[in-house]
Amino acid sequence: MGAYLKKRGWMIGFILLAVVFPFLSQNDYFLHVLTLAFIWMIAVYGLNLLAGYTGYLSLAHAGFFAIGAYALGLLTVKAGLNYWIALVLACVITSAIGFVVGLVALRTREHFFAIYTLCVGYIIYLVIDKWDSLTGGVRGLIGIPAPTAIGPISFETPLSQYYLILFFLLATILIMYRIIHSLTGRTFIAIRNSEDLAQTIGISTMKNKLLVFVLSTFFAGLAGALYASFIRFIGPDIGYITIIFDFLTYLLVGGLGTLAGPIVGTFLIVSVSQSLQFLQDYRMLIFGPLLTILIIFYPRGIAGAYLDFRMKRQARKKKSVPSKQTSYVQQSQEDEEKRVKEG
Amino acid sequence: MLELSNVSVKYGSFAAVKDIDIEVEKGELVVLLGSNGAGKSTTFNAISGLQKPSAGDIFFEGKSITGLSPDKIVQAGIVQCAEDRKLFPQMSVHQNLIMGAYVHRKKRKQVKESISEVYELFPILREKKENAAGSLSGGQQQMLAIGRALMSRPKMMLLDEPSIGLAPLIVEQMFEVIQKINKDGTTVLLAEQNAFAALKIADRGYVFESGSMVVKGSSEELLANDTVRRAYIGA
Repeated sequence: MGAYLKKRGWMIGFILLAVVFPFLSQNDYFLHVLTLAFIWMIAVYGLNLLAGYTGYLSLAHAGFFAIGAYALGLLTVKAGLNYWIALVLACVITSAIGFVVGLVALRTREHFFAIYTLCVGYIIYLVIDKWDSLTGGVRGLIGIPAPTAIGPISFETPLSQYYLILFFLLATILIMYRIIHSLTGRTFIAIRNSEDLAQTIGISTMKNKLLVFVLSTFFAGLAGALYASFIRFIGPDIGYITIIFDFLTYLLVGGLGTLAGPIVGTFLIVSVSQSLQFLQDYRMLIFGPLLTILIIFYPRGIAGAYLDFRMKRQARKKKSVPSKQTSYVQQSQEDEEKRVKEG
Repeated sequence: MLELSNVSVKYGSFAAVKDIDIEVEKGELVVLLGSNGAGKSTTFNAISGLQKPSAGDIFFEGKSITGLSPDKIVQAGIVQCAEDRKLFPQMSVHQNLIMGAYVHRKKRKQVKESISEVYELFPILREKKENAAGSLSGGQQQMLAIGRALMSRPKMMLLDEPSIGLAPLIVEQMFEVIQKINKDGTTVLLAEQNAFAALKIADRGYVFESGSMVVKGSSEELLANDTVRRAYIGA
């Protein structure tokens, strides 16, 4: 039970910090950067569910992010729909396209899956870029409305947008937490572990992979839709390949397949790259080697490294309690004795 | 109960198993003997649906299960306990068992009952139930693998080399447990290289050699058979 509280500790800390941040700093620029980071986090959580927990590295997620953004943009600007209806529809549309893509993509595995989804992502980008009459092509889509007010709560100011997007991020984290600690989540982990093994215990892997793919595109779409209404202008660039590699970097630095990973990685990279702004593109000269070193020594990212560290410490504690270290033979003899004793 | 007729399995152009006929009656304990690469695991994978046979038919309780997906076959009542004690190493012992009951995930009461049955069969697992499966010893991992397979309440269990890499004492325990599982009503199909130990508890056996079935018969017949003795028992 103590471990359970400990696990939640970082989460409560994060929530408190995020909620009081606007009171600590009146700087609108920080607020803007942080709000953007929250949007990336939602998308990275979607990617994490698929790549981190299920072991399918999708490189199409910038595409789904763009689909979400453009769906919201088009539905509000061109169709004149209410913002909230458009938001729901944007997520539904993204998931539906995700379903169709998943049906084909999930027949491939490992690097073939990555290559296939990379192509899908690029095709989505091309469609958005070239379909001038619908998407406005390279000129992009201008004049996307901010979220419409719900009763007395309006979302015109940066502060209210900050809290709105924080709300969506927290909802995302809560949903992720529930999924990962349910049988469904363990089913995904089982698939990552070994698909053959998962099948032999009766898991329909295709059904579950499709479920996780659709779920993860849903969150990419949600992030995209929120992005569109936050920035209020979108261009085809948001579906470009560099975006998926940003997502991937956030996830790898934070920790693949960990609940805290997307927050840690996104926050760290976004804030570091903001403070290295003066170096312009030469930032990458610092980022590249740092990232390489991190991946070599901590393949599970910062959150993963922390978890490993804690596990090792607990193991050491256990071992220091009266010499429990038994050789294999002793162990088997113990087993035998227990078996005899207990029937 | 289970019938394989003229089953062949190919990996590319290489036939791993050729024209196999196997019949297992309800309640029996049947052993497949053979060295590495003789085709035992391939046969198992064909039965459990992981590998589609290139020819032949597989029937379970009178119905063809050829080409069904593995999860459907588990639902039909055949569970495979894979070689090398494959577990979910980072999940706890308890969680591994719950995963084993995946096909019954909606019947919570039954899952609970199955878990306590498994803990009764392997008391050590109850003690270690919160430990990560990867931290168990080889024998305990094998127990967990068998326990997890039992969680699906199979009518028939396919056990692929449960004795591999285990200390002799543990092997003996393992075979006692397999015999008990069989006596409790689960039909068992066992693949083994440890012919002597396996034939001691089995009703009948089939001997595989490079993908074909060469000898079959009751355990007594096989124990007395010269080829079998020379090849597997060393006497």
